[in-house]
Formats: sequence, C-alpha cells, structure tokens
Amino acid sequence: MRVAIPINQRDIKSEVYPSFGRAPYYLMYETNDRTSIFLDNTAALSAGGAGIKAAQLLLDNDVKVIIAPRYGENAAKVLADANVVVYKNIVGSAEDNIKAYENKELNVLADIHSGHHSNGK
Amino acid sequence: MASKKIAILSGKGGTGKTLISVNLAAAEGNSYYVDCDVEEPNGHLFFKPQIIKKKNIFVKIPNINNTLCNGCRDCVNFCKFNALAYGKQVIVFEEVCHSCGGCMLVCPTQAITEKDKLIGVIEEGISGKVNTITGIMNTGEVSGVPIIKELLSIIKNAIGLIFIDCPPGSACVVMESVKDADYCILVTEPSVFGAHNLDMVYQLVSLFGKKCGVVLNKCEAGYNPSEDFCTKNNIEILAKIPFDKNLCSLNSNGKVAVRENYVNKDLFYSLLNKVKENIK
Repeated sequence: MRVAIPINQRDIKSEVYPSFGRAPYYLMYETNDRTSIFLDNTAALSAGGAGIKAAQLLLDNDVKVIIAPRYGENAAKVLADANVVVYKNIVGSAEDNIKAYENKELNVLADIHSGHHSNGK
Repeated sequence: MASKKIAILSGKGGTGKTLISVNLAAAEGNSYYVDCDVEEPNGHLFFKPQIIKKKNIFVKIPNINNTLCNGCRDCVNFCKFNALAYGKQVIVFEEVCHSCGGCMLVCPTQAITEKDKLIGVIEEGISGKVNTITGIMNTGEVSGVPIIKELLSIIKNAIGLIFIDCPPGSACVVMESVKDADYCILVTEPSVFGAHNLDMVYQLVSLFGKKCGVVLNKCEAGYNPSEDFCTKNNIEILAKIPFDKNLCSLNSNGKVAVRENYVNKDLFYSLLNKVKENIK
C-alpha cells in the first residue's frame, strides 16, 4: 500500500512540508516492499485549485494513505471520495513519520481548514 | 445628444473613484451612474437610490450525468482551473469553475451539460435625476466579468452621459469596464503607491487607445509623485482636489458634495466641463 507525505526536498530525511497542495514534492512509500520514490508535485504552482489537483495526482499514483500537517476542504472532498485516509504528522522527518505510521502511532487528521479559497467562508 | 461613456478608474483602491464618479453624475443631473466595482459597490451609499428593478445574474457551470460518464477523465485533464477531480466519479468544485464550458466540449460521452449558478444581482434605481445601476457580486465568486458585461449591456441604448465607476486595479474586470468608454478619468493620490498604480492604468488605457486625463485627489503642499508622472508623460491634469477636511467629512457621512453646501463644489462642475470639452 502506498503512503504519501508532502516534503521539502527529494530526501527521505526531509522535513514534512507545511502545506499539502503546494508542497514541491511528495515522498511515496510502498509498505509492501519498503521502497521510497519521490514525486514532483505538478500542482504546486497552480494559480488556484492546487489542493484539488494535488489530491488528484496522488489518487492517480494509487496513494491510499497521506501523512500531512493540514489540508483543505477541497482536497478533503477528493480524497474522501476515493477513501484515502489522512493522518496528522508528528514532529520530525518524513522517515520518522513513516516509522510512526508503521508503528500505528499516528492519529487521523480530523481538522480540515476551510482554505484560502472562497474568502475563507 | 448621443450617449458618451466616461470611465473613472485608478490602479490603487481608495484614491477617490467613487467620489469623482458620484459627484460628476450628480453635477450633470440627468445622467447614468454605473457601479462596475461589483466586489465592493459603494456608489449606492451616496446616492441611496430608490430601487426600481432587480435582476439576478447567472453563469453556467458543469452538470455531470454519472450514468453517461465512462470515467475517461478528459474533463479533469482539460480543466486549467482545477475545478474538476475524479475519485469514484467526477467531482465539480463550483467556486473554482470559471465557466469556460471546455469540459462539456471535450467529454466524449456527452455526460456534461451546463446548469445556471447565481453569482450576483444588478439593481437599477433612481436618485434625483441620476439613474443608478449597481452590480453586486456574491462573496467568493471567481470573476465579476459576467456582471459587468450585463451592466454595460443595460446602458447600451442610454442617452446622455454615462459615468462608469470601475473596480480598482488593472485586471480583467477593469478592462471589461473601460472597453467601450469614450473617455477615461484616472484618479490618483499623492503617494508613490498611487503614482505606481497610475502608471499601470495609464498603460492599460493607452493600450486600449483611450483618451484620458488625470484627477489628482487628496492634494497637499509638497511633492506629488503622481503629478510628476503626469508632467513627465504629458498627461492632462483635469483637476486637483485638495485634501480637505470638509470634503472628507461629507464623503465619510455618505453625502454627495455637489448636492450639499460644500464651498469647493465648483471643482466638480469645472471638472465636468473639462471632460465634456474633451469628449466633444
């Protein structure tokens, strides 16, 4: 199963990026064989709808689990439709978060921000 | 007299577009005041018009028929605004959609039709002899252009002077508002920011080949970067409005200066006459 984390640099020791939709890269970790690959986020520079496009990108890459600090309501709608589960990250690198996920130490990310779109209404 | 459209614009917000527009329309008397600043229309605060007509404004957004959809996702890939996604079925993000209609065209199974979405309202009213037409966009909508198009189509057959109070900036909504104008009044203030944004709208109206002049608002003693810009570019200065406490006070109380006992109201009448000379 594929787990994705928004990251700063193409490095498993990278910090988790503070934004979901506008992260420059995603780390995609395969739990079956414990391999990692890096994915360029083609949505990062979108004028609008970055969260939607980023969520679509991860769905298209068969991601089933996401670990992120926060995500917006539009991305949440896309991910929920495809039954993707989002967990809240812990302080530390992407690698630390993968370990925490495998040890079942992460909590589901419940608070979804209303975004910077629609004037925050 | 045929109709003449005078657009009042400024790159920067808060320079006095509405002050000038409202007072010129009131000074002219039998005229039209069109508020194209649909995100924050405020001319009605001064005119307090009696509303005689309201019209809802709609745009088209996609309506997905999931039984016809084959999941090809051509629509998702086509949408440059990221207003569509595909999880188990197509999801439409209405507030992100720009109503281009492209998704409907690329759908190979005709699963996409269009439906109406309400984005705002236009109110027509009357205040003294001035006909007021105000566009009001709902909060959070992506573009005021459809409302502005409708505002300008209402005054297509109007007779007399039409004063178009434009949105701030120099983006699509401003271009739409000045497109049909016979003359443009650029309102600015004595600040570096004001002069910079004056430069932007000056470039815009020049690109559209419009005749224009500048109103220097909030003038005080000392260096005025906006005046300097006009001198360097040989742009006519139509009026200098002083930074006057009485005018500020009238304005902040929602009063139309030319309708009140304001000592300097001649400023607006002579500005009106200059503009009339320039559009002859």
